[in-house]
Amino acid sequence: MITGLQAFFLVNALITLFAAVKVVSSRKLVHAALWLVLALMGVAATFAMLGSRFFSVIQVFVYIGAIATLIIVAVMLTRNSMEDVGPQVNRGWWLPLVVVVLLFVGLVVVLSGWGDFGLSTRTVGAEGENVMELGKALVDPNGFVLPFEIASALLLGAMVAAIYLATDRKEGKR
Amino acid sequence: MIPISWFLIFSAALFCIGLFGVLARKNTIGMLMGVELMLNAVNINLLAFWAYRYAGQMNGLVFVAIVFAAAAAEAAVGLALIISVYRRRTTVMADELNLMKG
Repeated sequence: MITGLQAFFLVNALITLFAAVKVVSSRKLVHAALWLVLALMGVAATFAMLGSRFFSVIQVFVYIGAIATLIIVAVMLTRNSMEDVGPQVNRGWWLPLVVVVLLFVGLVVVLSGWGDFGLSTRTVGAEGENVMELGKALVDPNGFVLPFEIASALLLGAMVAAIYLATDRKEGKR
Repeated sequence: MIPISWFLIFSAALFCIGLFGVLARKNTIGMLMGVELMLNAVNINLLAFWAYRYAGQMNGLVFVAIVFAAAAAEAAVGLALIISVYRRRTTVMADELNLMKG
């Protein structure tokens, strides 16, 4: 018997997977980017179903608010030469398809051999994750302060690199 | 209650769709979109294992936060590279970017 939550999960999963298929198969790249927003929204709903409200909100902020917008702007900036009429996938597209289907079957087979595959009791409570504990763990010298600082250095380096790469130096001389 | 297997199969399917996008798309921005789908599938997996097995510990959540940071950095640098390439070659199709071909 399917409960309401399970039905919601199934509907959400179907919408997300359909949107993901449209992302990789849409002829027009702008449409693919908009389907990507829908897929990311479905993933945010999945996070919420897993009891992680914080990361559900972060998903909307970071992925839909920042990354999807960035992708849409990049699609618009690189538009003209790629007329949307030609084929959008490589000639040998069936080979990746075979690889991907084999990978999916392999993953499911490996996972179903795992003892806890049918596990349906959770350790997370109804109140979701403890964001204060997460924040403390991120800056705790005995916790995760080193990965946290490396991630901040990575973001800073990425920002500098992105500005350096995207600056039009010829225009600066003029 | 939803069994963990549903989340794992869902994220495996999402990962495979993203991988297909990376392998088969001609447009480099389309390939980046596939990478984003794959990273999202990984995050679903991490949060599923966290929620069902290790909710008392912070390791899984910290890992998810780091994946978010890496994804943001990857998108920023990747799109800057694509725009820079487009400015020089006026194309973003992967099969036309053969400047370093031997």
